[in-house]
Amino acid sequence: MLPTITRQGRLVPWLYLAPALVIMLIFIVFPVFNTISLSLKDKTGTRSAEVSCVAGEPCWGKFENYRYALTHPEMTQALRNNALWLLLMVPGTVIVGLLFALLADRVPYESLAKSIIFMPMAISFVGAGVIWRFVYHIESGGGKQIGLLNALLLKLGANPVAFLSNPAINNYALMVVGVWLWAGFCMTVLSAAIKGLPSDVLEAARVDGTNEWQLFWRIILPMIAPTLLVVTTTMVINVLKIFDIVFVMTGGNFGTEVIANRMFKLIVTDTGRSMAITVLLIVLTIPMMLFNVYRFRLQERER
Amino acid sequence: MKPFSGLNHILRNLPIHLALIIMCLLWILPTLGLFVTSFRSREAVRTSGWWTIFQREQQPGRAEYETYCASCHGPQGDALAEADLSDPALIAKYPRANRLLPVLKQEVNGMPHLSNPALPENPKDALDTLTSIVTYLQTLSGESEQTARLTLRNYADALVGYKGTQDYITDCEQGTASALTKFHCNASDLLNPEGMGRAFVNTLIVAIPSTILPIFFAALAAYAFAWMDFKGRQWLFAVLVGLQIVPLQAALVPIARLYVSLDMADTFLGIWLFHTGFGLPYAIYLMRNFIGSLPREMFEAAYIDGANHWLVFLRVVLPLSLPAIASLGIFQFLWVWNDFLVAKVFLPTHPVLTVQVTNLIDPRGGNWHILTSAAFLSFIIPMIVFFAFQRYFVRGLLAGSVKG
Repeated sequence: MLPTITRQGRLVPWLYLAPALVIMLIFIVFPVFNTISLSLKDKTGTRSAEVSCVAGEPCWGKFENYRYALTHPEMTQALRNNALWLLLMVPGTVIVGLLFALLADRVPYESLAKSIIFMPMAISFVGAGVIWRFVYHIESGGGKQIGLLNALLLKLGANPVAFLSNPAINNYALMVVGVWLWAGFCMTVLSAAIKGLPSDVLEAARVDGTNEWQLFWRIILPMIAPTLLVVTTTMVINVLKIFDIVFVMTGGNFGTEVIANRMFKLIVTDTGRSMAITVLLIVLTIPMMLFNVYRFRLQERER
Repeated sequence: MKPFSGLNHILRNLPIHLALIIMCLLWILPTLGLFVTSFRSREAVRTSGWWTIFQREQQPGRAEYETYCASCHGPQGDALAEADLSDPALIAKYPRANRLLPVLKQEVNGMPHLSNPALPENPKDALDTLTSIVTYLQTLSGESEQTARLTLRNYADALVGYKGTQDYITDCEQGTASALTKFHCNASDLLNPEGMGRAFVNTLIVAIPSTILPIFFAALAAYAFAWMDFKGRQWLFAVLVGLQIVPLQAALVPIARLYVSLDMADTFLGIWLFHTGFGLPYAIYLMRNFIGSLPREMFEAAYIDGANHWLVFLRVVLPLSLPAIASLGIFQFLWVWNDFLVAKVFLPTHPVLTVQVTNLIDPRGGNWHILTSAAFLSFIIPMIVFFAFQRYFVRGLLAGSVKG
């Protein structure tokens, strides 16, 4: 398929590839294997994980760190929370993003509206955490409520709520921040897909008297389904790795722990456990990785 | 679309406009709160919500003054020449409500001083009312200092990393001891290690090479993937697509240990290389798709003219790839600028902006005035880049999938 004139010595391509390949080998491939081997070591990363077993208590031998990663209450809570994030935030973000994409498509100030929704993607998650800490702020010492939400609640005659430390609601409060951050990403990708739909199909349906509601469910939605899938898998990966928001807003306290934050907390104090959690994280992303490769091969075939 | 009348169109789309505008307002409100708060004084932030700056300025005691006094003394207090309430000397005699009360009990021209309306019967209520009036009279006569509604002092505090009880400029003006031990009260304070100024410089040092290096190496590799023939090309590229998903958490500890053994811990070089490593898979993917779509005839012509690969790469591929390089550059730059985790692990003693902001967080929320301005300082560059090059950023986002 390549023109013959671009043929070259056998070594030349590798000269061009070498810097990138070497760097990726050192910084991505080697660490993954190193992480796996460290996950079978103890706190200091020197002896086998078996040494941290305590007589008379359950022990998984070499895989002791995985016993922690899969059964310890700290971790089961984190896993539960990540599952909750997946279950609520992924659909939440995709739906809000889709809604924006559909609405913005119909107004003359489309680009302005999109910029506003997309803007949170430009700032850091740490910054977003600060922004929302301020929105959720509660003044408990009897002072004025200077946080937007609690001031609003007070005005409506309700009592102030500790959004970030009340375990009944704090996870949802954090997810709202996630939706605020990522809805713009979903909107942008979905909006491009909607704009790419063949206009004659939409025209024909409208001429046939299809109303907008039917148009969406019967034509637009099925036609953008592949893009929806891509956006969803991307969001799944983002949510599996969710870290900065939780770190900044609650530090994983008050029942808001997530996998990546647990991993970060243990980096210095317990290498073995931290690496076992990382392996868990890698394993969880493997399905997305395979899907990405599969999608890529499909695209290549169409080229 | 079917033809329609303008009015009909607007009416039919009214719910859409309403929904969209409300959602946009909701989206912008949290950031607006941060922005406004960053310009308010510590005292103002502590005692009132940021939204109050949009309300008409409520001077304390004004309502009481208008009820009891304005009918005779006039709205400015100077209607009666024999009792000019705008005269500071007169007002200075009545600093508190209990000093004012006896005067009001005296009759004026044989009539009670206050008759319509009279002061509340309850002595406590009466004193409360008078306290408000005294406050307002002091404002009227210019006794009380008008505090500026908006200030830039928070930004000075954030830039130098001030953590005291007043503010940096005041401390320096007064020569407060605590300020002088930590600061020099000149431009060198901008580089104080605890401040956002230094963090800004650190972030620039991190972000620029971390953007250029991966793009250059990616362009080289992408050229090979797109226009050279070698064994395992397809296979290697598929692996690369998979590598995009590897979470960077996987590399933190192994690379940190590697850096310790190479004596590269806590160096800028270390973080440049790390960002390069994790930027590469996506960068190669995007560049290869772009370079691969350049017209084949152009390459053929160049080769027939005798150009070799290196020349073609430098003179043809790089200049023509500028749109892709721009998209990628903006994407990678924003990613590195906003990164927290990598910087926290690999640059502990040279905090970047995000790390410095988390250092400023007070769990009890006592320093919102500094924290908000610090956060906003960290937004300035990404906001400018984003609004100036939004088109490229979006293109970079659409061209690929995700990155670790």
